[in-house]
Amino acid sequence: MMSGSTILFYLLAALIVCCGVLSVLTRQIFRAAIYVLFTLIGIAGLYFWLQYEFLAAVQIVVYVGGIIVLIIFSIFLTQQAGDKLAKQHINRKIFAGLSVFCGFALTIVQVLEHGFKMGTEDPILPTVENIGHRMLDVNNSGYAFPFEIVSILLLAALVGCIVIALRTKPESEVNQK
Amino acid sequence: MMEPGLTHILFVSISLFFIGVYGFFTRRNLITMLMSIELILNSVNLNFISFNKYLWPGKMDGLFFSIFIIAIAAAEAAVAIAIIINLYRSHHSIDVETAEELKY
Amino acid sequence: MPNTLNIALIPLLSLAGFLVLGLFGRKYFNKVSGLIGTILLFISTVLALHTAYEYFFEYGKVAGVYQQFIPLQFTWLAFTETMTINMGLMIDPISVMMLVVVTFISLMVHLYSLGYMKGEERFPIYYAFLGLFTFSMLGLVLATNIFQMYIFWELVGVSSFLLIGYYYEKPTAVAAAKKAFIVTRFADLGFLIGILILSYCSGTFDFTTLIARLTTPGSMELQTAATYSFMGISALTWGAALVFVGGAGKSALFPLHIWLPDAMEGPTPVSALIHAATMVVAGVYLVARLFPFFALTTPEVLVGVGWVGAISAVVAAIIACTQTDIKRVLAYSTMSQIGYMMFAMGVSKYGGEDGLGFTASLFHLFTHALFKALLFLGAGAVIHAIHSNEMKDMGGLRTKMPITHITFLVACLTIAGMPPLAGFFSKEAILLAAYQQNKLIYWVALLTSGLTAFYMFRLYFSIFWNKPFQGHYKQQGEGGLVMMLPLILLSIGAAFAGFIPFGNFVTADGVAIESHFHVIFSVAPVLIGLVGIFTAMYLYKNANDHPNQLSNSLGGLYKAAYHKFYMDELYLFVTKKVIFNLIGKPAAWVDKTIVDGLVNLTGSGTQMVSEGIKKLQSGKVQAYAIYFLTSLILLTVLFIYVW
Repeated sequence: MMSGSTILFYLLAALIVCCGVLSVLTRQIFRAAIYVLFTLIGIAGLYFWLQYEFLAAVQIVVYVGGIIVLIIFSIFLTQQAGDKLAKQHINRKIFAGLSVFCGFALTIVQVLEHGFKMGTEDPILPTVENIGHRMLDVNNSGYAFPFEIVSILLLAALVGCIVIALRTKPESEVNQK
Repeated sequence: MMEPGLTHILFVSISLFFIGVYGFFTRRNLITMLMSIELILNSVNLNFISFNKYLWPGKMDGLFFSIFIIAIAAAEAAVAIAIIINLYRSHHSIDVETAEELKY
Repeated sequence: MPNTLNIALIPLLSLAGFLVLGLFGRKYFNKVSGLIGTILLFISTVLALHTAYEYFFEYGKVAGVYQQFIPLQFTWLAFTETMTINMGLMIDPISVMMLVVVTFISLMVHLYSLGYMKGEERFPIYYAFLGLFTFSMLGLVLATNIFQMYIFWELVGVSSFLLIGYYYEKPTAVAAAKKAFIVTRFADLGFLIGILILSYCSGTFDFTTLIARLTTPGSMELQTAATYSFMGISALTWGAALVFVGGAGKSALFPLHIWLPDAMEGPTPVSALIHAATMVVAGVYLVARLFPFFALTTPEVLVGVGWVGAISAVVAAIIACTQTDIKRVLAYSTMSQIGYMMFAMGVSKYGGEDGLGFTASLFHLFTHALFKALLFLGAGAVIHAIHSNEMKDMGGLRTKMPITHITFLVACLTIAGMPPLAGFFSKEAILLAAYQQNKLIYWVALLTSGLTAFYMFRLYFSIFWNKPFQGHYKQQGEGGLVMMLPLILLSIGAAFAGFIPFGNFVTADGVAIESHFHVIFSVAPVLIGLVGIFTAMYLYKNANDHPNQLSNSLGGLYKAAYHKFYMDELYLFVTKKVIFNLIGKPAAWVDKTIVDGLVNLTGSGTQMVSEGIKKLQSGKVQAYAIYFLTSLILLTVLFIYVW
């Protein structure tokens, strides 16, 4: 019926969607985190299928290995792992579901009606070498400048996190010093 | 079933987006809201990459956007966790329904 | 040529007096406010006399005809380019004559009030109101434009209200002020509609233009106006009749006279100024101002004017014979005399010998102002001395108040028409005009003059003769020089003003009329006057029982006359039972329930909506996010599919 790549695509798509749905519906917070983890792995797989290997690797390293781990740490820090999550009012769920469904329908209709024209240029292969050249190129529509900006943003986020999460010392200790 | 093309990938990304939005609207716990936001960001990433591959194969802008989005999402998650910790200290709960000081 | 500044100053000085005394009088000028008012008015009187002298003897007469001069006119409000409300000064025989009358009588009253109102707590306010009244009356007589006259007409009504209600702690005074204002306001409705009809038909508000357009035969305005009619009567007749209704209200003619006797609740000098000499003659002045229009275009309305005047004269005279409050007697006397003036206008034609009625009416206005003010001020002196208005508390005052006695006697003789006093000449002129034009009115007028002599001398004898004085007499007696001087000056005027050849100055068309003196004709009125005087002397000179026998024998007629023919009761019935219940109460219900209800409904509706919307701001971030997405979707659908 179809080639292996088609089956692979559908499997990955199913994984992504199902794990996504489960992560927003489950009532146990740790399971939600794990479902998100599987969703992210599914997306990485999709990147591999699209032949963007570098990006898939970055996804796994940063997202799965960094952000989800961070989330799991914070779950344990706030001692939430064992209890069940509180239920939401049914009204909220209905309204949210309704508006989400309408949005989904609208967007799908627009996409289907649009009819995208495929590009016809010679493709550039997204190898690490090409990525590197482009990323650090100052001329020739290079991305050196945004690269630097992002670094500054990361620095700001780092400092910001530390400042926000800093525990303020009590007044008496400060005065005694 | 046809050869999966741009439309199929867009379908996946759109559904992931709206799943994330539903999760954002419905979840009471701040950390689960954060997870829903990650889903949204990932769907956007998928969008950029698929447009890059199918509509503009001669450029790499979509790829770079995705890389930057991943980086920024990481920073944002860190800051969000810091805020959640701070909120927990003042409200002693991370239920978002308790943080309604801006009520009428 | 008319001196604009002098003429403009005449009313403006009184206005200045009103403003200064009204705003600062209580605080700064308390004791001297009377003097300030009097001095300002003295200057105005001098200017008025000077203007009159210049007008009548120097520049007024051009080719044998007295001209109209308009030294000042400016546009106050413009509806269209041709129809504007102007404010201006008009100098013509009747307005100059009225200037002299108003300022002189007002000066006498100001002077008199220095003594009469001394010690009053609101002394400056009194003089402020007098200043306002004088200003309004002068503005009325100087009006060039019918709307200007209407504005000042209303101002005069307001001043009258303020002055009648001067003793505002007395409920009767407050009621009287309200009654005066409401009755005259009601009549002014007719006046306003009349103004609108006349100005619509002639296309202008200006007197000169209006009269010119509506009296020139064959003019365009007359022809178009002839096509309008309502209920079979032409528009111009309606206009003239309604304007006359306004004048009748202000001049207290039957049946709009009910306010005048009650207006006697005000201080006596006020009654002298407003309700005897000046305001009540505003109706006569209005007819005089529009006389060419009345006489040439709507003579049928003049017939009505004549009969209304005649009926007022005789009804008032009958009622006056029965009243016991001296001010009420004088009030009805005023109404009767104004009736005289009005029917004299009514029987007059426009020019030549037939226009005698116009001249006679204004001549009588002039002399009446003098002797009626004198009568009121004299009555005021009596009231001031013995603190009572009723005739039964008086009697035998001739020895205690000599000056008042003599001047009062002069005034009574004048009003009875005894030669050679002023009243004789003016009354004779009126009776002559009536005899020439309408014999029936002449007989009614003759009867009325007999009644006039009777009730005036009834009054005179009851106050100064009759029985010896038993009451409490104030220590200082008659009142000082400030109160006696006006009486003396007015009595000189009342005695000798008759010798002025009025026909040379004031006529309907500006051409002089010869004033004849018919000896044979004068016999009848003088004789009937003497009959009245002697009857009164017989009944009232010494205290006896004849008046009671007479009133008992007349029975029902006497009773009806004593109760003023029950007119007040009739008016009260109509207003309370009919108008209040049928119109007032339903209107009040509609206002409270429907109008207020609607307004409250909008208020409560807004509140309910806002309560509902308020709940949207729940403070929950996720709810806000849902609203955000929903609106976004709706807008997208709107922009993609609908527009």
